[in-house]
Amino acid sequence: MPVPSTAVVIGCSTGGLQALSTVLAGLRGDLGAPVIVVCHRGQDDDGALLVELLARASALPVREAGERQPVEAGVVHVAPPGYHLLIDAGGCFMLSADPRVRHVRPSVDVLFEAAADVYGDGLLAVVLTGANDDGADGLAAVRRAGGYALVQEPAEAIAPQMPLAALERAGADAVAGLASLATRINDRCP
Amino acid sequence: MPLSRPAADDIELELFIQALQLRHGYDFSGYARASLKRRVQAVAAARQCRTIGELTTRVVHDDGLLPAVIAGLSVPVSEMFRNPSVFKALAAEVLPVLASYPHINIWQAGCARGEEVYTLAILLEEAGLYARCQIYATDFNDAALAQAQEGIFPLAEARTWSANYLAAGGQHSLSDYWHARYEHLKLDERLKRNITFANHNLVADGVFCEAQLILCRNVLIYFTNALQDRVLGLFRDSLVRGGYLVLGNKESIAFAPSAAEFTELDAQARIYRLGAAA
Repeated sequence: MPVPSTAVVIGCSTGGLQALSTVLAGLRGDLGAPVIVVCHRGQDDDGALLVELLARASALPVREAGERQPVEAGVVHVAPPGYHLLIDAGGCFMLSADPRVRHVRPSVDVLFEAAADVYGDGLLAVVLTGANDDGADGLAAVRRAGGYALVQEPAEAIAPQMPLAALERAGADAVAGLASLATRINDRCP
Repeated sequence: MPLSRPAADDIELELFIQALQLRHGYDFSGYARASLKRRVQAVAAARQCRTIGELTTRVVHDDGLLPAVIAGLSVPVSEMFRNPSVFKALAAEVLPVLASYPHINIWQAGCARGEEVYTLAILLEEAGLYARCQIYATDFNDAALAQAQEGIFPLAEARTWSANYLAAGGQHSLSDYWHARYEHLKLDERLKRNITFANHNLVADGVFCEAQLILCRNVLIYFTNALQDRVLGLFRDSLVRGGYLVLGNKESIAFAPSAAEFTELDAQARIYRLGAAA
């Protein structure tokens, strides 16, 4: 299986389930890129529920990102709880149980930085609603590597802190409302 | 590959790995690069190095820096009774079988600061098996081993650990096993009586015991497929027929040829058994 050269990464926290559901519902069923999601949640959750809820809304199949499994185009991969999610140069998922970054694990920063290394200017990174500043440094790394940064309009986010921090520390190529995010992702993907 | 040539920091990472190997004999070439890179960058940042290259120069010239570097590259933080359901499953599915052996050897590979080896000791104690057990707790990080041997942890951890213990089916109160003082908790000395702490490097060292149970949670996730396979082979060769292997909750051994002889016993708790299905 060829390693996709384009990928979408999405980070969110508080209010993330609702925002993600809207975005995933609007994606093209024939999207030619993988979608990789980090959404903060409770510690003892085994991850199955989030996958199930997102699968209900999504136009694409939703699966938990599996250790050492290939990142697949046309699939929404969700970071498992309790681990940081990374991608190796061969386009497979790797996990880390290293300490929390900005009090969270999985951390959006860790995913974004690892994905920026692999996909470079083929990466589209999206920061959605959230009540902390995780994702801001990661988004800066994405932009340094030539990737495209898309941030949810903070004024309409359930928790504006995450998109605000991203805009302050990384800036964005586009700021958009929830209703138009999926279209923007569709337009930039093969 | 999406990127046509390696990035500068990836080249620096490879040179750092080579330097550690040439100068100090530590081989990190089998470590997965994505997670290793983050750790090396963190060590570099903590030493006020702007690049991995700067850290490499210092590691080559200053032998005194090595312990801190090794400690930074081996990290694993854990909790006592982390993922309580795993220990519940161990008590229900594995300990009753271990009870049939007159003497039980257990290897905890990659014990780091020791949270899990003491977890195991408590679990065995409450199952009435500990007197018959010999636990080998190994790590390649001497600083972590020394800490593990002390059995002293920040008191701030106590609440999470106690909740984990109860969720795992603990029969008493976890605080029965420690003394709290000066914002720290010191685990009961008796828990150490059948634990041997020893330096063992999964990258380079071989079989040293015949075990009925091996615990190695969230260690192989840091290894490349090739090194993961080598270590699974080492576990296979160290286990008795029908012996048990416990891995981290989200670890996958599906791609490792050496895992062929392991049968999945509990998919959720990642408990495997060597040999045909029971």
